[in-house]
Amino acid sequence: MPMSDLGLPLPNTRANSAGRRFAAFNTRAVPILTVLMVIVGLWYAGTVRMNMPWTLDQAARSDIELTQLEAVADTLNQVRPVLPSPHQVVAELYNTTLGEPLTRERRGELRGNPRSLFFHAYQTLAPTLLGFLFGGVAGVALAVGIVHNRTMDMSVMPWAIASQTIPILAIAPMIIVMLNAIGVQGVLPKSLISAYLSFFPVVVGMVKGLRSPKLMDLDLLKTYAASDLETLLKLRFPASLPYLFTSLKIAIAAALVGAIVAELPTGARFGLGARLLTGSYYGQTIQIWSALFMAAIAAAALVGAVGLVERITLRRMGMAQ
Amino acid sequence: MMGADVVGRHSVSPVWPVVAGILMAISLLIDRSLTLLLLVWFSAWALNVWVANNARGSAVYIAVPVFFGVTILILWEMAVWLFDVSPVILPPPSAIATRFATSTDVLWQDLVQTIFKGALSGYAIGCIAAIGTALAIDRSSFLQRGLLPVGNFVAALPIVGTAPIFVMWYGFGWQSKAAVVVVMVFFPMLVNTVQGLKASETMQRDLMRTYAAGYWQTLLKLRLPAALPFIFNGLKISTTLALIGAIVAEFFGSPTVGMGFRIKIEVGRLAMDMVWSEITVAALAGSAFYGAVTYLERRTTFWHPSQRN
Repeated sequence: MPMSDLGLPLPNTRANSAGRRFAAFNTRAVPILTVLMVIVGLWYAGTVRMNMPWTLDQAARSDIELTQLEAVADTLNQVRPVLPSPHQVVAELYNTTLGEPLTRERRGELRGNPRSLFFHAYQTLAPTLLGFLFGGVAGVALAVGIVHNRTMDMSVMPWAIASQTIPILAIAPMIIVMLNAIGVQGVLPKSLISAYLSFFPVVVGMVKGLRSPKLMDLDLLKTYAASDLETLLKLRFPASLPYLFTSLKIAIAAALVGAIVAELPTGARFGLGARLLTGSYYGQTIQIWSALFMAAIAAAALVGAVGLVERITLRRMGMAQ
Repeated sequence: MMGADVVGRHSVSPVWPVVAGILMAISLLIDRSLTLLLLVWFSAWALNVWVANNARGSAVYIAVPVFFGVTILILWEMAVWLFDVSPVILPPPSAIATRFATSTDVLWQDLVQTIFKGALSGYAIGCIAAIGTALAIDRSSFLQRGLLPVGNFVAALPIVGTAPIFVMWYGFGWQSKAAVVVVMVFFPMLVNTVQGLKASETMQRDLMRTYAAGYWQTLLKLRLPAALPFIFNGLKISTTLALIGAIVAEFFGSPTVGMGFRIKIEVGRLAMDMVWSEITVAALAGSAFYGAVTYLERRTTFWHPSQRN
């Protein structure tokens, strides 16, 4: 993009770009939308199939003859379906987000409304973001250490790589109980698990990134008599940004999974993971599915936000593809 | 190219011993146990620095990290004894090792239930299904353009959350865990395989055409081998996902055996040494699984630049 460097719009390309945009829509969006529609169709088919036994059973018990159409309609609108239909999940999502106030009076105080899914999402997102921040900063710091210190490189790096192959998530319940025993509660234990999960991808990606400058560039800085710190700030760090953002996207998704799983073994009352757990205890399938979709929306928003920052930063640095 | 580009590799700055000395002096004012720990840490680190900078040969690359790991274990053990940490919070490595040695039969049963029955069967089904789907959509660029973004998107979602649904559908047994694993590994596998099938170059495909090779011949002799590095990348990512899925799914309901079940129960009973033992098993199983896939990759894609030294 040669013109955008000057901050000027490209002249006389509006019609052209509209046409191009339409073509891009045709080749990109149409296949995706088709696939999505097929998925929704399969979902509806699955709903009818999986809920039919219950419908027929109920009809037989109360001696009602159902027509084919009535039976299908019933499978799509059960209270506790085996598989809720898409429109039930959407309705539940709407009712528990926009249809519920965010706060409500409990014990004389204005507190978060536990019927609002936004409230539960917040309970999970706050530790996710806090943990992501901790893990990201610690990961970058360790990566800088590893690149500058041969001993650190040789002793820590193999462990960092090995840690990617083990199911770290298994220690989540223990950390919660451990911290609980020494009196740490609330947001912090969950965010520590998120931090732990987002830490290693950042270390591994950032080490690769800090080592990505070519030998030529490093030599050039040496001829300028640049110190290690100057080389780090002016060459290694800018060069590492594409790698950093790639690993940050992985890290933030992992941080969210960490925060959700951290709510499972301790029986947390609030949060998306707690919502999944209570849903599975009481057989509230619609609640489970809506919590799941909320988690998916949250994950998409988080990864999308990191991607947006990535695009803006890399474009400003002239590194965008 | 490990350690090829390290800044200031031969300059052990004289500042660090001074910093270490000052830190230890300060710690002396707070607690003598702390000084002892710092002493052990700094001397071990100094030894590691010396080995890393002076020793030659490939054994160093194993010796230094192993020595570092052992140092951490020793410090852990010492800290627990010196500060009298309650075993409910953090048991010493020796207690974990004892517990591990005395309950191998339970650990083995859990391993069989969770890894062999749950994770591995789900892994096999999920990977085969994904590769099959990739081959099925291979001929249609329309389907590829539709499925790839959706697959990429789904791969970033917290799929582990589907665990309560599958536990409801398939019961508490290993079948529900396998189902969670299938869904977790499917999308990363699909995306990697589809990308891999595109990896062969036009020139190579044209050459196959000049040989009058059909679709299946081209697939088996050119495109699948060319896709192998990508497929193995997916297989390696999926090993960790499979273990995570199988363990976490057990938090939502399981028979009275399994690693996730044991972790959940023993955490409730505050038997942390048992929890750490299970985590050790999970770590060992994870590394072994990953190592096995890496070994297969070396044997089958020996021709690829990333595998040649």
